[in-house]
Amino acid sequence: MALSPETLKYVADLSRIELTPQELEKLSQQLQTILGFIDQLSRVDIAGIEPTSHILQLSNVLREDNPKASLPIEKTLANAPQKKDNFFVVPKVIE
Amino acid sequence: MELYSLTAHELIKKLGEKEISVEDLNSSVRKRIQDKDPQVKAYVRLSGSKAAVDFKTLNNGPLAGIPVSIKDNICTQGYNTECCSKILSGFKPPYDATVIQKLKNAGANILDTKTNMDEFAFGSSTENSCFGPTHNPWDLDRVPGGSSGGSAAAVAGDEAILAIGSDTGGSIRQPAAFCGVVGLKPTYGRVSRYGLIAFASSLDQIGTFTKDIEDACILMNVISGHDPMDATSVDIPVPDYLGSAGKDIKGLKIGIPKEYFVEGMDPEVKKIIFEAVAKLKDLGAIVKDISLPHTEYAVPVYYILGTAEASSNLARFDGVQYGYRAKSTNLIAMYKKTRGEGFGQEAKRRILLGTFALSHGYYDAYYLKALKVRTLIKNDFDSVFKDCDCIVTPTAPTTAFKIGEKAENPLQMYLSDIYTISANLSGLPAISVPCGFSKNRLPVGLQILAKAFDEETLFRAGSAYERATQWRKEKPKL
Repeated sequence: MALSPETLKYVADLSRIELTPQELEKLSQQLQTILGFIDQLSRVDIAGIEPTSHILQLSNVLREDNPKASLPIEKTLANAPQKKDNFFVVPKVIE
Repeated sequence: MELYSLTAHELIKKLGEKEISVEDLNSSVRKRIQDKDPQVKAYVRLSGSKAAVDFKTLNNGPLAGIPVSIKDNICTQGYNTECCSKILSGFKPPYDATVIQKLKNAGANILDTKTNMDEFAFGSSTENSCFGPTHNPWDLDRVPGGSSGGSAAAVAGDEAILAIGSDTGGSIRQPAAFCGVVGLKPTYGRVSRYGLIAFASSLDQIGTFTKDIEDACILMNVISGHDPMDATSVDIPVPDYLGSAGKDIKGLKIGIPKEYFVEGMDPEVKKIIFEAVAKLKDLGAIVKDISLPHTEYAVPVYYILGTAEASSNLARFDGVQYGYRAKSTNLIAMYKKTRGEGFGQEAKRRILLGTFALSHGYYDAYYLKALKVRTLIKNDFDSVFKDCDCIVTPTAPTTAFKIGEKAENPLQMYLSDIYTISANLSGLPAISVPCGFSKNRLPVGLQILAKAFDEETLFRAGSAYERATQWRKEKPKL
């Protein structure tokens, strides 16, 4: 499977990660090698095999819907890089 | 004998008989850290660490006064938890992880420093830490393994009595093997992960680093059990693990998988493992050859599922709620810059690989396929365990490698987890027990795997082997 620098640029945008041109080139080569290694999975016959997403087959873990206290606002905001009053502050979203 | 060099069970006895005080023990461990950590670098943010502890606030319980060291990805209320990543710099959790709460309830003295790790647990050498690498106490030019390399090195270098780590593909067992200590990854669901900063939620498990098996039993008695805050923790009774530590292994059926003794394995490691297997046979175990035919696919499956889950879990680090934020006047540009500057190279590699594997047009070929091969790997174990009580393998294909040796070759680095990944993919408990030394005095680890929720068999086999050998008494010269 080919992972061109263009595809990687697209994936980096999806991942919201800014890459330098040097990173883009290096990572594209490294990921190419890793994907080449991963491609050995194409040898495995998976016809009729069910996917495993939960290893212990737990399902529908339910609890009573009882309200309880959540984190107070000051604790919630304590780690925010930027905050104002009761809000997280981010750069302007709408131009 | 210095207090820092003792096991928790020895110290619990001395504390109980009032032969020593909690203060004596705390200062002994602190002094050892102060003396040796400048070389080993098992801990991070040490300079802010307070030596003074208000011992009156410690509970009276099975771990009363015993210092416990914690990996930097497990939340400790009010004390930095940064996953050794720039993007989480300054993060002080508003709550304790369930394991921390349980340790505190048991009286443990949680150190106010954390153990070093690969950033977000991405790595097998602890070189991917924003604080720099940890050094292996047996040879300071070598890695301690990873990602919980700080916890392993701290216990090996007597800078810790007990340590907690996390294991997603071998991150407890491989460093335990490289550092010559006991490292346990419990069954998926046995120990609550509430407050463990997630890497791959279908694989992550919190576990223990100890100087011997008895200490692992003591620690597991404290941290195991169902937690309503972690829906993946399982509500089945927890046995008293200490009960299995003294038992013999007569008639225990041990499988040796032929796929684990293949090309690329260090011949010295192979020889030492076979000697350990012979010892188990001497002790009365029934050893038989078995096959786990899909073993070779474990690493590629892991690097799809692990990275796919990581790419999703790490989406939360966006510079808004906590940690590092890059300056920008536009929201999307702020996200990209924050993540571009805040994540290290391996984190970026894994997020990109995982995003690719989940992206439109590739999902079936990569992610779905990997989930199906995961089923085959699990089926291999199910069929072997019909006729075996446990499986014995090497923990790692080599002894500890040199710092820098694999840093530029991510694929080579990934292959150092070749023997440990299957246990995570299958949810099984597995332990690494010291089983000898190479000619250049580097430790080798014996891995034992058992059925889900059968940690008792790991302790039974591990302690029988431990009692019959002297490896755990060897200490690195620091």
